[in-house]
Amino acid sequence: MNLKKNNYRYDFPIIANWINPNSKVLDLGCGDGGLLNYLSQERSITGYGIEKNPDNWLKSLKAGINVLQVDLEAGLSEFEDDSFDVVILSKTIQSVHNTEEILNEMLRVGKQVIVTFPNFGYWRNRIQLIQGVMPRSKELPYSWFNTPNVHLCTIRDFDDLCKLNKYKIVDRLVLTDKKSVSLFPNMLGALALYNLVNR
Amino acid sequence: MIVKSKKFKSICPLKLSCGKVLDEYELTYETYGKLNKNKNNAVLVCHALSGNHHLAGRYSSADKYPGWWDNLIGPNKTLDTNKFFVIGINNLGGSDGSSGPKSINKKTNKPWGSKFPIATVEDWVNSHEALITSLNISKLSAVVGGSLGGMQAIQWAIKFPEKIKHAIVIAAAPNLTAQNIAFNEVARQSIITDPDFNKGNYYKKNKQPRRGLRIARMLGHITYLSDDVMDTKFGRKLKNKDYKYDFSTDFEIESYLNYQGDKFAKEFDANTYIRMTKALDYYDPASGSKISLSKIFKKIKSKFLVISFTSDWRFSPDRSKEIVKALLDNNIDVKYAEITAASGHDAFLMTEPRYHAILKSYFNKMLGNS
Repeated sequence: MNLKKNNYRYDFPIIANWINPNSKVLDLGCGDGGLLNYLSQERSITGYGIEKNPDNWLKSLKAGINVLQVDLEAGLSEFEDDSFDVVILSKTIQSVHNTEEILNEMLRVGKQVIVTFPNFGYWRNRIQLIQGVMPRSKELPYSWFNTPNVHLCTIRDFDDLCKLNKYKIVDRLVLTDKKSVSLFPNMLGALALYNLVNR
Repeated sequence: MIVKSKKFKSICPLKLSCGKVLDEYELTYETYGKLNKNKNNAVLVCHALSGNHHLAGRYSSADKYPGWWDNLIGPNKTLDTNKFFVIGINNLGGSDGSSGPKSINKKTNKPWGSKFPIATVEDWVNSHEALITSLNISKLSAVVGGSLGGMQAIQWAIKFPEKIKHAIVIAAAPNLTAQNIAFNEVARQSIITDPDFNKGNYYKKNKQPRRGLRIARMLGHITYLSDDVMDTKFGRKLKNKDYKYDFSTDFEIESYLNYQGDKFAKEFDANTYIRMTKALDYYDPASGSKISLSKIFKKIKSKFLVISFTSDWRFSPDRSKEIVKALLDNNIDVKYAEITAASGHDAFLMTEPRYHAILKSYFNKMLGNS
């Protein structure tokens, strides 16, 4: 399938960079299947996507993805230990309830785990909070009353969680407007990408 | 769509799971649409407990009812017969023209009756394969089935991995649970203990064990629906204004069940019914827990679409997930959807929009890849 430019997300190449060719990949919350399709083109990966939203599920099916309607919150009991090279949770962690359990499950099933999330500590978010309103942005498009997001976090929060659970961080990249941020990432970064391994 | 049944006669002996051999047998079947030049658009649709080969269309314009899956199959429908060559087969032991208890045993010139062996899902699939081969089809584009039909689709993928591209398994399970077998046993007992059953040899007497078959169907019907849908449809609605204080029907649900039971008992054959329930009970490709389903699935080469329905408690979504898990263990291409539907197991015969949209997209993808 040819990816149209407007479907293409700027974090895809970074994720692809962290993935070995021919890997077996599991994408949790695979949406319309865009990332898996991109990875199969760029990295010849095979794999599965998990998606519970019926509209997205059908889009994934139409995109040729092996899409499974499984409730993430119930764990990944369908999958054996180490059965995937890579498990991805892309811009989804903020909307899951059992965050720690899901991360543990990902590290059980996958040898490598990639997590990306909108950094709540980004200065534009902080300014909106100082102004007295819940932050909204390209990465956080929802209003407080209709958001699916329940566990928003900052880069520092996520680092702390990794330390607490002894997750091994191999790589971390922080982006704002498609550019890498190295100075004060928790203040200046809009999107965080983590590459973890399970041993 | 006006359709016609056809006959497939095999003189190749068929060895059955029970050890007996059918020296020759007949299968009644129907086809819809045209087999294309490359012979890669054939879809076999397997029937469940009370179905048959008449999937869609009518035999004449005066026919009151079309085939049992007419809402899915036909020109421009979800399974589009302008594009696909669709095949329906009446399973062995059936009562709609295929060899079964009702048909004549050539050796005795009498109806087989109780002597007709119990055919299993494995036997059915072996006989399907003979029929498909006779149509010069070397590879089916898909085998589709709901419930017991889904078990046949699974069996096709296990037994003939080279001859099936896609298995579409709907509201099915890798085997029956004790509760499911229990329901089947009550159904069988109600038939077998009917005085008119006469150990299965009732054709000559022209007296059918209708009471038993009727109760079996009523029981089945309850389990195919969900508590919710029964409540919405019937609730405690009464036939008349007040209770009658006798044992005729008071409630709408009673009247509905009686009607369904009567209708079914007139149309269906009791010997076939008890055989179909046995086929359900026996199917267990992983034979209990002795070998894992994952190991059995190792040989599979086809891709899978697995669909379940939230309110189906006879073939619950968890049972479908067991199939999905065994496929995942073998890195087999699989898509799995759990449809939110109120109507229980029967949902697989309904036209719930998401369900049909998924099937339509899947069939379209199949065409694109062939």
